[in-house]
Amino acid sequence: MIEPSAEEFSTENGPQLTPEVAIANLQSSDLSLRYYAAWWLGKYRVKETAAVDGLIAALEDEADRTELGGYPLRRNAARALGKLGDRKAVPGLIKCLECSDFYVREAAAQSLEMLQDPTAATALIRLLDGGVAKAVQVPGRPHLTQPYEAVLEALGAISAAEAIPLIQPFLEHPFPRVQCAAARAMYQLTQQPIYGELLVKVLEGNDLNLRRVALGDLGAIGYLAAADAIANAKAENSFKLIALKGLLEHQLPQESDTLSISDDAIRVMNLMDSLL
Amino acid sequence: MINELIHAVALADTPEQLVKAVQNLAAAKDVAAIPTLIAVFGYNNPTAAAIASAALVDLGEVAVPELLAQIDDYNYGARAYSIRTLAAIAHPRALDVLVSAAATDFAPSVRRAAAKGLGRLHWDKLGVPENQTAVQKALETLFFISQDAEWSIRYAAIVGLQGLANLPDLQQPIHTRLQEILATDNEKSVCARVLLALSQ
Repeated sequence: MIEPSAEEFSTENGPQLTPEVAIANLQSSDLSLRYYAAWWLGKYRVKETAAVDGLIAALEDEADRTELGGYPLRRNAARALGKLGDRKAVPGLIKCLECSDFYVREAAAQSLEMLQDPTAATALIRLLDGGVAKAVQVPGRPHLTQPYEAVLEALGAISAAEAIPLIQPFLEHPFPRVQCAAARAMYQLTQQPIYGELLVKVLEGNDLNLRRVALGDLGAIGYLAAADAIANAKAENSFKLIALKGLLEHQLPQESDTLSISDDAIRVMNLMDSLL
Repeated sequence: MINELIHAVALADTPEQLVKAVQNLAAAKDVAAIPTLIAVFGYNNPTAAAIASAALVDLGEVAVPELLAQIDDYNYGARAYSIRTLAAIAHPRALDVLVSAAATDFAPSVRRAAAKGLGRLHWDKLGVPENQTAVQKALETLFFISQDAEWSIRYAAIVGLQGLANLPDLQQPIHTRLQEILATDNEKSVCARVLLALSQ
């Protein structure tokens, strides 16, 4: 899943690079410098062509491997490319969905969600092969066979309506987080309130981490009917504010130069004010 | 009697017992309860903390010195409750604490609470010319953090500025700054909050 980014600590630390140095470092002989540079380029949203091209090349890196056969640099490059917003990265990221490393597949699905490119639908749908029955924990690993949460969220974000019958069964997946991702995607694809209400129900549950996940999901889908439940949820205000910001943005016109505020938008802002 | 109620807070060993004990202590509306109510902010129990905060706001100005003295430098959760409570009581003696919390605390929850509070202090409780310098300091701080990298801090700064704009002398500079934010901020939610502030 994509952690809602309620950073309680400022992140102004670590060695300060420049875009030029970071791009050059992607090809350093020191693998740790490559790894750090890929993270840095994403973190500081360095959108220039050389950065995007360098990161796309890093998706095929063979030099940086973990004992378990993972590809740390590919993971960071895939994560960074989602943040840079350049759809040139889509084909490379789609290829990463077939990588042997789970975390590369997860990062690629998350970034494809951010880039919202419909051409990724087919490759994402392929990761749902076998349905819920195949979506089980990998023995000895802390994850399922595929990054289902990220895949479901991505399919919702790119409006892949053809995936609805494949997503719906995941509402019954044994893992609540996967259920949340499915509910989120189903709401995005159908706009049916019942799926929004499934997430509201999670806000009333006993698991704080799950409540945070649901807050992130409700913000992402902009489910207005959840506004009061979000404001009253038992979770940190930072998470609630991000969720309400998502609701608010869904109430604002797409074109920012014609920004106007409706009564619903004002209602959401009043709730946000109360959480400061 | 009040000592028993205070003691009950210390003795509570389940979250439910704590909430009940804090409720009882809050109902006493006794100034002797102030240090204990503030200490509840550090117990990591949001329900109990909210009750304690409301009780302190009820007690009002008399709780301010203790609130200022007992700010927890090592627990940002507790600190946010202290700042929120000071902001709600709105006594201008909290100004310096709110200014430094808004500008330099590392925890966004603390900074947001302070920013909101800076806009709504009861300036008339200060004499002339002290109130002039105090208002200027609040304004400068809010202008400064209205340029923060974090959207929620900018949002809170706008809420603070909207409060300060109730002072006639400040309306013009605040209006100008809000227009600047509207023209330059890339977060739609921040711009929407500016529009709301300008419309009120």
